Amino acid sequence: MAESVNDSDAESRISFGDYVVLKRGDVFKSVQVENKKKVIFEKQWFFLDNAVGQLFGTRFEIEAGGSLKLKAAKHSGDSLDSKEAGQDNRHILDDGKSQKLTRDDIETLKEQGLKGQEIVQQLIDNSTTFKDKTEFAQEKYIKKKKKNHLRYDTLAQILTLGNIHAGSKILVFETCAGLVLGSVMERMGGFGSVIQMYPGGGPTRAGMESFGFPSHFHETLHEFPLCKVNALLAGTLDLSEKDADGNRRSESSQETSGVSEERSSEPQSMEVSVDPQEEMRRVERERLREQKAQEKKVKMEEKRKKLASAAALLEGRNADGLVIASRFHPCPVLMGLLKFIAPSRPFVVYCQYREPLIECYTKLREQGGAISLRLTDSWLRHYQVLPNRTHPVLLMSGGGGYLLSGTTVAADAAKTRNQQKSEEPVAKRLKLDEISSA
Amino acid sequence: MSFVEYSEIIQEGDVVIIFQGHESMMPIKVQSGAQTQTRYGAIRHSSDLIGQRFGSKVTCSKGGWVYVLHPTPELWTVNLPHRTQILYTTDIANITLMLELKPGSVVCESGTGSGSLSHSILRTIAPTGHLHTVEFHAQRAEKAMQEFKEHKVSHLVTVRNQDVCKDGFGITGIADAVFLDIPSPWEAITHAKSAIKRKGGRICSFSPCIEQVQRTCEALLDHGFEEICTLEVLLRVHDVRTVTLPLPDFGPEEDSTDSCQLASDLSQDEVPNTGNSSVICRTATPPREMAGHTGYLTFATKPRD
Repeated sequence: MAESVNDSDAESRISFGDYVVLKRGDVFKSVQVENKKKVIFEKQWFFLDNAVGQLFGTRFEIEAGGSLKLKAAKHSGDSLDSKEAGQDNRHILDDGKSQKLTRDDIETLKEQGLKGQEIVQQLIDNSTTFKDKTEFAQEKYIKKKKKNHLRYDTLAQILTLGNIHAGSKILVFETCAGLVLGSVMERMGGFGSVIQMYPGGGPTRAGMESFGFPSHFHETLHEFPLCKVNALLAGTLDLSEKDADGNRRSESSQETSGVSEERSSEPQSMEVSVDPQEEMRRVERERLREQKAQEKKVKMEEKRKKLASAAALLEGRNADGLVIASRFHPCPVLMGLLKFIAPSRPFVVYCQYREPLIECYTKLREQGGAISLRLTDSWLRHYQVLPNRTHPVLLMSGGGGYLLSGTTVAADAAKTRNQQKSEEPVAKRLKLDEISSA
Repeated sequence: MSFVEYSEIIQEGDVVIIFQGHESMMPIKVQSGAQTQTRYGAIRHSSDLIGQRFGSKVTCSKGGWVYVLHPTPELWTVNLPHRTQILYTTDIANITLMLELKPGSVVCESGTGSGSLSHSILRTIAPTGHLHTVEFHAQRAEKAMQEFKEHKVSHLVTVRNQDVCKDGFGITGIADAVFLDIPSPWEAITHAKSAIKRKGGRICSFSPCIEQVQRTCEALLDHGFEEICTLEVLLRVHDVRTVTLPLPDFGPEEDSTDSCQLASDLSQDEVPNTGNSSVICRTATPPREMAGHTGYLTFATKPRD
């Protein structure tokens, strides 16, 4: 997907169906623009209808009744605006005065008779800053749902250590509401393929929708259920056409519709109802039953095709990378999915906790097939930068989770030789040898 | 092979990474008839490399063996020949994410330096993006161009040997993102702003010293940049190891409820043949010294004109 050099405004205008990011100060939220649909943001209800046709990056006010109104140009010298410009530099631990002023300003404006109106600075931003705001917005969403707390610096490491780039074939297993999946897909740019492994009934991709990918991106996304991995590895995965009951499909549709067909054929042997309206209703019910059976058949076939195409991508065991970020114990997931990865390719495993990754590390050392194993976490420190008032403000450490990264190599038959290449210090290595041979 | 696309088989002219062990890797250029010395003996390119699969084990002349790896920007960063101080993967990863780089992005960078960040950017923006990189030092600019060619990425990059503070990036209005790693970034902000697209874009400045950061933030504010944010990211590496901890001896167990139990109720594995006198723990310790300061990263957004 090439960025056009010609900077056309048309592509920067908001349309119905677009995913946008609402921003007020440091708070962001990702929503979809829908006709006459109420959205809630920062304790306020409003409609986004009046934003359609406007440029991304526009500021709006919320009027009484919830409709949006264009805000006056920002370089008007309004004291509130100039504070906003400096606001990002101030962060949290300021002297408190500027925040108070802002509140006072709002109070003053209220008194001046804006009635139900509140001055709300809102920016609807486009993709120039979409990504990191999506991260922040999703982070808040994820925190609320108490899912994996994935910090954006950890996500940054995952994408880079995994060498995620256009044209590769990447396996992803995540339970981060589609945030990791979406980020991977964005870095693939619609080239190559992504296979999402999923644990239960179906893949969760809610967060991915917010990225607003063009439709052709979705053609590069595949899914494969974990419960069929063993069958695929053993070569026993059945991809032939079957219906839900596992019965072989025949040419006739009678078998596939199963019970519904039997029922519909019953009335023929019964006494014919005299009432014509009753007859009409019966015919209608039959028609609906057949329609449903037909739809089910089509869905099953689609599902089968998807499974087959994902299986085809996997069975070569030559994927270019593996990303795991889930609430599941990473060790079995990693050991299972590594089998699909080609040699000399990176893999990255995220876990909120350290111990499961220590297990993975140990297991990989014993088994071989991976080098350059590293268990890391990153610390992130924000700074307030102001004349004579520069100092750190926020240190985020530990809470971002841990990463285990490494590179695959050709599987090694001779286990003892692999232990000689162990990265552990000599004294400890001896004990490991004793233990594993016991 | 290329730095922006994987391939399976090693070919003549490829740059590969030889892995001899932990923290012992080296890049080599594959040439028919050539030989490379390693600590385990010689590698003959024609027989040992060309035609082999990336990731395979190569036995060297003295009998020892090494792995041969496909190059990636991350491997390149730790193995490239330094002409200047370079940026490491931890910073690079955050820069990439916060500048929102992706396939198709047009990026301006100065200075090119040793090309560590450049290779990462190229990998991320390929196949449809472009990198305009400016290097003040003529020799370094030349060396960078050479490397990009060898790594099969020169179609994605333009190297300019000029002073970014005086002459800018050589283009205007087409960049999605600008990156500055120069001694006086505040002097380049005007050019950075004009390089960015009318509809807006992102900027990042990397500086080791806080005074540089202060002047840069001031310049960004003066030029109308928004969402100015300065941060620092540090990577902590955990040393995974197996340790054996001895257990205390409280004497033989008596019947009374007060008796201290031995550690028989510990769920850890016990060392065989030593009775109950020690326990093995698998753990990870942080290193004695954490990675040092590299630099401060300042990000900002240029809004729509």
